[in-house]
Order: sequence, then C-alpha cells, then structure tokens
Amino acid sequence: MIQLILIVVVSLVAQLILPWWSIALVAFGVCFWRSHSAGRAFLYGFAGVALVWLGYALLIQLRTDGLFIGRMSELLFKSNTSALPALVTALLGGLVGGLSGLTGYFVKQATVNQPPVRNA
Amino acid sequence: MRYTKAALISLLTFGIVYGLNRSWGAIPAFGPLLSPFVGFWQNAESVDATDEEITLTGTTAPVTVIIDDLAIPHVFAQNDRDAYFAQGYLTARDRLWQMEFQTHAAAGRVSEIVGDRALELDRYNRRLGMGFGAERSLKAMLADPRSRESVEAYTAGVNAYIKQLKPAQYPLEYKLLGYAPELWKPIKCAYFLKYMSGVLALGADDLNMSNVLKQVGPTVAADLFPDYPFREDPIIPTGTKWDFKPVPRPPTPVNSFSSTDAISMKWPEHDPTIGSNNWAVGAQRSATGYPILANDPHLSLSLPSIWYQMQLVTPTMNVYGATMPGSPGVIIGFNKQVAWGVTNVGADVLDFYKIRFKDNNRREYWHDNQWKPVTRRIETVKVKGQPAVVDTVLYTHHGPVMYMAGQKPFAKNVPVGYAARWIAHEESNDFLTYYLLDRAKNHADYRKALSYYGAPAQNFVFADVAKDIAISPNGRFPLKWKDQGKFLLDGTDPTHDWQGWIPAEHNPHVINPARGFVSSANQSSTDPTYPYYINWQFAPSERGTRINERLAAMQAATPDSLRLLQNDNLNIRARNALPVFLPYLQTQKLTEEQVKALSIVKTWRYNHDVAEIAPTIFTEWMRQYMDAVWKDDFPSDDSSPLRYPSFDRTLQLAEKEPAARWFDNTKTPGRETIREALTQSFQSAVDSLSRQHGKLSEAWQWGNHKATRISHLARLDALSALNVQIGGGNGIVNATSERNGPSWRMVVALGPKPKAYGVYPGGQSGNPGSPNYLNMLETWRTGQLNELLYLQSAQEKNPRIRRKVIIK
Repeated sequence: MIQLILIVVVSLVAQLILPWWSIALVAFGVCFWRSHSAGRAFLYGFAGVALVWLGYALLIQLRTDGLFIGRMSELLFKSNTSALPALVTALLGGLVGGLSGLTGYFVKQATVNQPPVRNA
Repeated sequence: MRYTKAALISLLTFGIVYGLNRSWGAIPAFGPLLSPFVGFWQNAESVDATDEEITLTGTTAPVTVIIDDLAIPHVFAQNDRDAYFAQGYLTARDRLWQMEFQTHAAAGRVSEIVGDRALELDRYNRRLGMGFGAERSLKAMLADPRSRESVEAYTAGVNAYIKQLKPAQYPLEYKLLGYAPELWKPIKCAYFLKYMSGVLALGADDLNMSNVLKQVGPTVAADLFPDYPFREDPIIPTGTKWDFKPVPRPPTPVNSFSSTDAISMKWPEHDPTIGSNNWAVGAQRSATGYPILANDPHLSLSLPSIWYQMQLVTPTMNVYGATMPGSPGVIIGFNKQVAWGVTNVGADVLDFYKIRFKDNNRREYWHDNQWKPVTRRIETVKVKGQPAVVDTVLYTHHGPVMYMAGQKPFAKNVPVGYAARWIAHEESNDFLTYYLLDRAKNHADYRKALSYYGAPAQNFVFADVAKDIAISPNGRFPLKWKDQGKFLLDGTDPTHDWQGWIPAEHNPHVINPARGFVSSANQSSTDPTYPYYINWQFAPSERGTRINERLAAMQAATPDSLRLLQNDNLNIRARNALPVFLPYLQTQKLTEEQVKALSIVKTWRYNHDVAEIAPTIFTEWMRQYMDAVWKDDFPSDDSSPLRYPSFDRTLQLAEKEPAARWFDNTKTPGRETIREALTQSFQSAVDSLSRQHGKLSEAWQWGNHKATRISHLARLDALSALNVQIGGGNGIVNATSERNGPSWRMVVALGPKPKAYGVYPGGQSGNPGSPNYLNMLETWRTGQLNELLYLQSAQEKNPRIRRKVIIK
C-alpha cells in the first residue's frame, strides 16, 4: 500500500516541475525499491498514476464548462462524450505507470541477486 | 531468463513512452497532450474575475488595462509606445497561435509545422513573392518613426508574453501539432499585411479572359464581358464632379494583349462572396442630428476570430475598434471625433506578363529591345521530418516568374512562364494610414491618412462629429490604359508595363453628397466618367443597390435602423430576375414535385430567411441556368480554363435579346431557346435538390441547405462552429454564405459622446477551451449587436467592467 501512496504523492509533485514522462520514472523507482509481485507492481503503478491523472482531470473538468472537453472528445476520439477524455487520460497514464512499475519489478529481479518473494 | 524478461519489458515500456511523447504524422503526441499537468486540460479556462498585476520589462510607465464582460481590453497608457507594447502583449495572450500561423502561412512556412503536405502551398506563397513584398514593406514601415515605434513596441509586447510562457500554457494548437512558438519579429507584421493582400487583392481573371478572347474574338468578348455592368449604382454617386485635372493616361498600344496559345493554368478568380458593406448617413437623415456609420467586412469566416476588439487610450488618442492580430493599432473603429470603416475595392492590381527568356539557362529575358538580367531569389522551405526543399525563383522587373514550364503548379491555375506584377510587391507603409486614422480629428486628417495607403485597396467610409460624411475607393492604383490587364500582357513590350500611379489626390472620393449618405458594397468605384482605369469588373451591384434604396428611404435613422439594414435578407437578384424568367417556364413539362417547387418560388417575397425554401431552389436553379446558357460556349477544361459572363450580363440578355444564339445548346442537334434553358435548368435543380435533401420538405430550408460554417484555421471540425442557422447569402446585404460572411459588424453614432455597437462571430479568446471562444456567436447569429464600452478614463465606473490588469 505504501507503494501506491508513494507513487501518487511523488508523481504528483514530480509533474509540477518535470515533463509528463516523469510518471514513468516515479513508478519505476518505487516498484524497483519495493514490490512483491509483477501483478502488484503493475497495479500500483497503474492505479497510482491513473488516480492522479483522473483526479486532476476531473478537477479541471468540474471547474470549467464541459463544452471544451466535449470538443476535445470529438477531436481526439470522434465522439462527443464528456466522460471519455478523462477516462482515456486515466487509462493512458495508468498504462504508462503500470508498465513502468512492472519494469521496475523485473529490473529489480534481474539485478538484485535474490529469488523473488512469493506471496500467495 | 530474468535478464531477458527485464530487458524486454524495459524496452516495451521505453518504446511506449517514446511513442507517446512524439507525434506520428497527423496523430499528435498523446502523452503530453492528455497529461492533465501539461496537456489540453491546461487549456480549459473558467471565467476569470480577479485583478492581476503583471510585471514585465518593456514599458516605460505602468499601463492599466480594464477588461470588460466580453473580455475586451481597454488599455490606458501614458505614452504611445507603451500602448502598442500592451496591445502586442494582450493580443498574444489571447491569439498567439493564430498570429503565428497566419504569418507562417504568408511566409510559406506551414511545412515546418505539418510536413510535406503543405509543401506546394508554401512554394506557391513564396513564388508569389510574399517574402519579397514583406521585406519591402518592412523597409517602408521602419523608415517612418511613427510606424517604426508602433511596430517595434508591438513586437516587444508579443515577445514579453512568449518569453514567460511555459509549455503547459502553450495554446492548444501547439500541443496538437507538436511545436513551440518562436519570437515575433517586425517583419511578421509585414507578413500579416501580405496575408491580407493575398485574401483581398489576388483575384485575377487575366488567364481565363485570354482564353475567352482566343475562343470568341475581341468583338464577342467585349459584348459578353463589358467594362461596365447593365445594372449599377456606383460607390461615387453618378454625376459627382471630379475636382481635379487628370494627368494624361497612357495610350492603348496597338497590340494590347499578349497573343498566345491557350493557357493551361488557372488562377483563383476573385471570390464574389468575399466583399463587404459600409455606409454613413448624414446628419439630415439621422435622429441624433449627427452622422451614423456602419461597416461589416465579409471575409472567410474562421476561428479564432479574424478580429480582436480593443480600446487604446494615450495622450495622443482614444480609439476603439477592431484590430487584427499581427498588426498594431485599430483597423476599423472610431474615436471621439471620427469613425471609419472599410470594404474591398477589387482593383486590378495583379497582372501577368509573358516572359521570353534568352535560352534555357534563363539568365536573361527580352524587354524593350534588349536582354535584361534575371535575378534569382533562393527560397529554402523547411519541412517537418524531412530535408529542406530549396527553390530558386526568377525575378524580372515585372516581378517573380511564378512557375516555369514543366514545374508542377500548386492550384491547377498558375501560369507557366508568366511573371506576376502585384501591388503587394510595392514598398508601402499601410500601417501609417491606420496610425493616422486612429488619431484623426476631421475630414482633412482622414484624407491625409488615406494618401499613405497602398494595398489591399479599400473603400474607406468616414463620418465625423463636425457632420461630414465621405467615402473614397482608396489605395495605390497603377496608371493604366483602359483594360490594361484584362487579358495577359506582353512582358517584352515596355508599353505594357505599369507606367506610374494615379495621383493619390485623384483617387475617387466624395464628401457630403446631396443624397445625404455614402455607401459601398464592392461594386464599381465610379461611373464611366472617371478619367482613370481601375478595373473592368467589380462585385455585382445587388448589395449596393439594396443598401442605397433603403438608405434613400431612411429618415430619422438610429443605430438600430442601420443594424437592421446590416441584417437585410432581400435578394435583389431574385427580384430582378424572377419576373423576367418565370413567364418563359414551360410549366406543362414539369413533374408534380417540380410544380410544387415552382409554386413556392412564385409566392416568395425574395427574402433569404432561415426557414424559407425558395432561396434554396432559386440559388440552385440559377447555378444550373448559368451552366445551361454558357457551359456549351465556354467549356472549361484543364488545358484551357474559361469563364462565364456575369449574371448581370446574362440577365440583360434575357431582357434585351431573348432570341440570342447563346441560349441554344450547341451540343445538341436541336435548337434550344431561352424557354428550354430555363425549364431544363429548373427541372434539374429541383431534381438535384431532391437527391440531396429528399422529397420537398423542411429539409430544403435555406438555413439547413446553406449550413454556414465557421471553420477553425487548422480545419479542425471539432473546434469549429458547424451548421450555424442564419439567413442571408451571396449578393445579399446580410452576406452570410456557406463559408463567408460579416466577420465584424459595427455601428457608430457620432455625437458629443459617441455611442457604438459591434459584434463578430466568435469571441475575444482564441483558446477553444475559453468561455470567450464563441461567446459572441449567438449575438451575431441573431443579428444583435453589443454596445461597445467606450471608456474615458481608467477610473471610470461601469457595471460591465470585470477586472483590471496592471502592466508594470
């Protein structure tokens, strides 16, 4: 659980100053530091980044009129659905975070000389 | 195994992040675009009501900017320089992408942004000499201290904005297209002017008229393409005395056109739906006892909006009006004493000269019985993701040779081996005209301001608080022999050159005519008594005729009477043509559906309102009728583009020579008359509308059929306003057609305190994520105007004031 919280907090701060792909570094770093399984690593990375992106996107969407988000939905996904952009945003951020977390886990496995901890 | 797995997953993750971080052709970089921290989410704005203090280096004293409820800035500066600095800064804040994109387009730099699909467009603009012209204009505007100061301060203001911009705050379009803004330069202001000349002064019929001439000979060409229309109501009222002694006009040479083979290139004809209206009613016709002035320039409607409203107040001026992003000062507006507006003249200021080169090296060309050197200008077009393309353009003293035989032209219309002589290549300081108009106090100031103006030539309407009204088709007009440039010209013959200019004080003008109003709608500048040649054709007379007939009947006019006239939907063409055409229709040949359509047309009051069906039928019928009469005689194909005579001439034919041979379709064995031409075109118009909209029903309504669209500059439908339900149309005072229309409507009532009204289809912000992107559209669509807040001081109280920005 600590991993999830760390990814949320650190990636949020990182993105205020660093480019968007800093989310990959953060998820990688946290999962490299500690993760119990490939599945958890992906999940933490995915959920951590997706939560931040979804949360911020929704915050912006609620604060402004939904007209623009509908236009962007039309422009990017050819469908004027106001929920779609936030959803795709969360999925995309999540995917990058998840894969980075997974990478962190596997790199750890490869570089640190110990058998993987097996959790049921 | 562990290593392989780690390596593979690393590679995959890295690959995905890399792939999301860059654009692929037209597909944007989705990573940064969707990130809520830097992507499009950051462009979503809410209404901002907080005061701001911005610290920038560049102003000499603090500037106060009052922002009203429509996000229009009112700039109060202690000197002119600071005012233009603030104008640059504020315009960039709202319109940066548009400013840069339009000037990139004029400079032939779109390929840098979108890749090689814009290459031919870029080459075309460069070969047209946009860069050549911009460099010369820049020289002229920097030579005068007034325009120099305004252009340089404006530039500094734009750059002050760009320099503090972080990628997360880039306008949306940069994020979509994946590039970053570059610093502004004074030459970009010149490029903007060339862009406008390209929009307004580039139409030419020289090529297809030469093909017509070759096909039918000079007598028929002169008969079908006359130099003055059958119906006309010129801008300078007929009978106005010319108050100058004309300079001698060059005599028409014996060979007044270039004898040539059919030219297989076309050139964009002047777009008849790009035009404008303006007028001023004198004190004797107004309810206020002071003149009232109106203007609505019609342009290709686009988003971000073409215009940007602003008020500029300094010790030398207090001007309010429509500015153009990329150009300092106010273009159409008013101050305490005067108001002015513009419509396009449509002068013939683009001619083509056939060039004879000495040999295939093309180092020399023949002119005035000697070989003269060709100069070469190297144009390097940068292309996104590809090596740059280098293009050598040949320049004669006439101008650039647009395309050589064997080169691929951009539009299928460009002349091969012809040099373009274009007014926008001339050195001129057009900004100075607006600089002086912004500060004008009376009619003399207005005339003085106009004398500096080059291109694109405009009909400048004027009214002042001293109760003068005036209008002048004004610009730099070449001194030509009659019809010089109606056809292609001979580049070897010096008598075909432009030979000086019409003196600026001889440009047509009229002040306080007896009829009590002045007006223009792009029709003929003058009647045939004007001693100089400006062009052989102008926009059709219908809009002008309608405006004049309503103004002539107007007493005790108010701003609202002029607003209503701007929204007039009467179709004069239909009113003239239907009584002539309907009796010729062979009604017994019509199907049931066609009879129904006919009865709708017969009961029509000639109005182009949204819910009318008759305008749909009439418009399509006339289009097909023109084909029915002329297509057999003037069949255009790629090897020899031709054009039809005007509608005015075609209607005259029906009225005066209904038995003319032109009505016969030469492609059929039988002999058709005007009756068949009208009946068959009516039948096929109704049939084609049925195919398009189904059985005659509400789907045929004009608003739906016309489906006016206001398109985003990057042609992104999602950021455009589509299917806007509005009446009007081509040739109607409310000139809203499918793509073009009133890009700004303004009415100014002069008086002790001027009262003004205006609107444009869009909003102050160029950001599609702003509540001010399209907030004026509905007001515009319904024909309403907003009152323009004309503040006298930064301290003035007004309920419409929303916030204050201080630039230190």
